[in-house]
Amino acid sequence: MAYEFDFSFLADHWPRLLQGLWLTLAMSGLSTVLGFLIGVTGAIASRYGSPAARRVAYVYVEVVRNTPLLVQVFLLYFGLSSIGLRLPVFATAVIALSINIGAYSTEIIRAGIESIAPGQIEAAECLGMSQSQIILRIVLQPALERVFPALTSQYVLLMLATSVTSQISAEELTGIGNLIQSETFRSFEVYGIVALCYIALSLVVRAGLFGFGLLAFPRRRRLGTDL
Amino acid sequence: MPEFGPNQFVFLLHGAVWTIALSVLSLVIGAVFAFVVALCRISGSRTVRAISAIYVQAIQGTPLMVLMLISYFGLNILGVDVPALVGATIAMTLYVSAFLGEVWRGSLLSIPRTQWEASECLGHSRAARMRHIILPQAVKISIPPTVTFMVQIVKNTSLASIIGFVELTQAGKLVNNSTFQPFVCFLCVAALYFAVCYPISLWGRHLEKQYNVVR
Amino acid sequence: MLSAETGTTTPGTIVSLRGVHKSFGDVEVLRGLDLDVRMGEVIALLGRSGSGKSTALRCINGLEKIQRGTITVCGHEVARMGRDLRPLRKDVGIVFQSYNLFPHLTVEQNVTISPKLVKGVDAKTASLLAADTLARVGLLDKRDAYPEQLSGGQQQRVAIARALAMEPKVMLFDEVTSALDPELTGEVLRAMERLARDGMTMIVVTHEVAFARKVADRVVFMYRGQIRETGPASLLDTPQTDELKQFLEHDL
Repeated sequence: MAYEFDFSFLADHWPRLLQGLWLTLAMSGLSTVLGFLIGVTGAIASRYGSPAARRVAYVYVEVVRNTPLLVQVFLLYFGLSSIGLRLPVFATAVIALSINIGAYSTEIIRAGIESIAPGQIEAAECLGMSQSQIILRIVLQPALERVFPALTSQYVLLMLATSVTSQISAEELTGIGNLIQSETFRSFEVYGIVALCYIALSLVVRAGLFGFGLLAFPRRRRLGTDL
Repeated sequence: MPEFGPNQFVFLLHGAVWTIALSVLSLVIGAVFAFVVALCRISGSRTVRAISAIYVQAIQGTPLMVLMLISYFGLNILGVDVPALVGATIAMTLYVSAFLGEVWRGSLLSIPRTQWEASECLGHSRAARMRHIILPQAVKISIPPTVTFMVQIVKNTSLASIIGFVELTQAGKLVNNSTFQPFVCFLCVAALYFAVCYPISLWGRHLEKQYNVVR
Repeated sequence: MLSAETGTTTPGTIVSLRGVHKSFGDVEVLRGLDLDVRMGEVIALLGRSGSGKSTALRCINGLEKIQRGTITVCGHEVARMGRDLRPLRKDVGIVFQSYNLFPHLTVEQNVTISPKLVKGVDAKTASLLAADTLARVGLLDKRDAYPEQLSGGQQQRVAIARALAMEPKVMLFDEVTSALDPELTGEVLRAMERLARDGMTMIVVTHEVAFARKVADRVVFMYRGQIRETGPASLLDTPQTDELKQFLEHDL
């Protein structure tokens, strides 16, 4: 069967695609920031916290990492509305994504903290620094520097994963794609264009985070190497 | 309206079986392509390297959800009316080939350059070097990350629900639609995923530790 | 320049370098190297680190591509061979500083795998070959061990046996004792000495001046990518150039 490709829908619908793209970026940007904060907190809790705090951090990380994001999104979205709590779709999506990426960030940052040589901490203690000074200045900073590439990959994956929020009818890139598809029936073309948008976005996000890394970690910039 | 009860749970269990089936299928078929991708990524030919790099970049830059939609609808416009399982398997295969391929490329490259050189100096052909010197060592290294990646595969089969394949997540949606008890229903779904994934995670971590000790 | 190797290749020459230039980026490591090695000769290549001696060795068996000059080894012109260097590799054995044994194979398998793969030798013959070469380095009793069960000196001797099993016409040694504890270097050097007595052509990059004095037919002293001084082993007692004098003073 001959199939004629038809991209004419683009003429009418490109502004909506742009809007979707923008929502995808906003959603992933916000979730990344929140998830990073959760990650730092979680990593410190799981390394230096009380036994109870450690256990909470462990359960949080394992539960999130061993269940699908889509199910987490459903649980939050349908669950909250069933107890009468109605949040906007965008807020629900950002909460679910932040909880999800927070767990991955916790795990990555914790690994970074563990890679800091004990001698560093002993040296700082002998110089009379306080526990919180040591954690923030001596441990956390180089730890983040070291795991930044891993975080970058994870945050790019998160950006792609925002597509699952289309399932609770968030009108981000994939959601918009679904709408256009249902109006034009050019499914293959629509999702092809959507895929290209994501590929472009992933390159942009990766480049952006790389640039951010250069700004945030002067040592990396000067040495030009991974640590 | 039916309450969430044993019948509903059994329905979810059926979904879980399909989740596992799709996972195994994706792993097995995907692994074949992943191996090819890994070899292409370190090929001696610049063209092969470039093409495979673009392939990986494209697949890794596209959400699996969109891959699902493309492969499902793509087959349909070809005039092939395929079951959702086939569409899902194709998308999962693409996904596994790119991600696992990169993992395995890393394993191959982690074999010290001196091993490649020593083999080369003994006159081994490229194929012999790969088969007798590099692969036996690389396979060992690649097992822990491969096991860890299996968790990703299981979780990501949940996206097959969007093309109507009744695996665990889709089963959960159906049960929720009939019972309107989202908390119980999706908690059960999550618990079932956890029951499958957590042991694999532990296994992967155990292998990683073991490997680090041996090294 | 005391190196007088110019003109045509004399009969019996098995390795010949003519005007070899090699750079890594902006760094010129070999600047016009000329060297002839006759069949059965043992050459000791001496020089400071960075003088280009290891690079010269790696160029001889094609691990590094040269920018100018010619290298002829056992009739193969290395630069013209293209990508398939296997005919060359059958004639040239090399032993590395870091042994580079295959960790997943036993000692015997390390020795037999190449004859089997490259020359199509059957398992029984390969096993006999392994017994012979392992006996020559005094490690026949370790044939079933894995490399990590052996000391550095033993591993290095297995590496020698592994190269010998391909029955090469020339053996290259790249600072083979540098990674070893002093008390382990002796056993490796003795194995090499025995090889030299058996008539093997050897090019030995080394820091062991005593070994060079005792075993080498000819000493070649490299300085900044060229041969600064060359002659019989007695040269080490009567160095002509300041660079070699300094090198010997620092090293002894």
